[in-house]
Amino acid sequence: MRFRGRTRRESEAPPPEPAVPAGPPPVLVIDALGRKCPIPIIMLAERIREVPVGQIVAVLADDAAARTDVPAWCRMKSQDFVREETLPHGGWGFHIRRTY
Amino acid sequence: MFGGHISARVPGTPSRVPVSVHGVADTDLAGAYFDAASTEPLHPAARAALLGALDGAWADPARLYGAARAARMQLDQARARVAAVLGARADEVAFTTSGTQAVHLALLGGARARRRTGRHLVVSAVEHSSVLHAASLHERDGGEVTVVGVDRGGRVDPAEFAAALRPDTALACLQSANHEVGTVQPVGEVAQACRAAGVPLLVDAAQTAGRADVPEGWSFLAASAHKWGGPPGVGVLVIRKGTRWRSPLPEDEREGRRVPGFENVPGAVAAAAALEAYRAEMATEGPRLSALVERVRERVPRDIPDVQVVGDPVRRLPHLVTFSCLYVEGEALLTELDRLGFAVSSGSSCTADTLRPSHVLEAMGVITHGNVRVSLPRGVRSADVDRLLAVLPDAVARLRRDAGVSPA
Repeated sequence: MRFRGRTRRESEAPPPEPAVPAGPPPVLVIDALGRKCPIPIIMLAERIREVPVGQIVAVLADDAAARTDVPAWCRMKSQDFVREETLPHGGWGFHIRRTY
Repeated sequence: MFGGHISARVPGTPSRVPVSVHGVADTDLAGAYFDAASTEPLHPAARAALLGALDGAWADPARLYGAARAARMQLDQARARVAAVLGARADEVAFTTSGTQAVHLALLGGARARRRTGRHLVVSAVEHSSVLHAASLHERDGGEVTVVGVDRGGRVDPAEFAAALRPDTALACLQSANHEVGTVQPVGEVAQACRAAGVPLLVDAAQTAGRADVPEGWSFLAASAHKWGGPPGVGVLVIRKGTRWRSPLPEDEREGRRVPGFENVPGAVAAAAALEAYRAEMATEGPRLSALVERVRERVPRDIPDVQVVGDPVRRLPHLVTFSCLYVEGEALLTELDRLGFAVSSGSSCTADTLRPSHVLEAMGVITHGNVRVSLPRGVRSADVDRLLAVLPDAVARLRRDAGVSPA
């Protein structure tokens, strides 16, 4: 049994959705919808090299663990986590800029 | 029915059966138990006390005949012994049916007694589910809860916690140390802030009771006997003299009107015996376990690529270490380690019944998959820890290969 309530820090809550998406559009979109962690992270790690350094890759996922795991993976791997967006049909899009 | 079964009840005494953990019969010689944070194997002192009390302290301690007075005396002695180890007065200690029940009673009863002051609670984001579930019940009943976040190491900032206290705060709650990542919380500083604000503090000491003293300044303390080698079904609720408390449950005269139901006297006697023995042993055993944990903390990230050791590296429990392996499913890793003879635990979502990642790892903002918690029981063999370190790199590599991950 685990707590389902709000445990996220205020400061780490997803920022309010901007009217115009911040930053450039992704050059690669990885569809990991319906896949459970760690598969979205495995797909991201495998395919980030397909985008040029400095460009954006987006991962679409609906496993809630991805909301923690994608930013944490970026910190571990020194990639640049740009933002999280909520998808209209459920799940989230995570935007990552390849740094090396 | 209370006599004659003792010799038949202890076929697994250490002298006859090989053991990997003191006092625990272990027919599977390859097995190593590394899940002390879930429950510590029964301490031999608890086993002996339990068997003795089942025969000698079974009567109703609320009655007046001889057998009842004997049970009452044993119960009160157990209370005094537990109080002495926990730094409390005997009349401040009540035995509950679990650590969870102690938390529920302290939190809901503490909040209820201060209803006129306000209905606001402050808890940390990484509390045990018993605290968070009690807090959400309070919220559903019209109360308000502020959840204080933690840093990347899982530690509460005392200033942030203090800032969350308000004039209408009825109760604050902080664990002595985290059960999933082992980070020790700044209880002393938070207790000072609570005292200055006139807010009672509940300390959930389940992970440290019997291992270390709890800093002064708390009003309520909750603990669980099976974490220190006591029997299951015994918790401890301590309410400091002068602290206002009102039971959230129907009235009952047992345990000083604090805990309803017939007392588990044999359980309390065994819990007290285990606590005294365990606390005495931890003076030398604590540093030994801490050194073994340090070995794991050093070796795991060195020997395995893409691993993160989580939790505060210095302000930590002596016996517990948690790490996350990228690209590996927590459940697959647990199953593989079980096959190799290691009992460990995980906070990864696929191992939880709700399919939600651990709220602790989530609040810390660290990787939630591929998570392994190693918590060492007393008497653990150093060779078993080395054996885990020897097999872990291959086990992780195998699972990554199976998942189609290219070698790093």
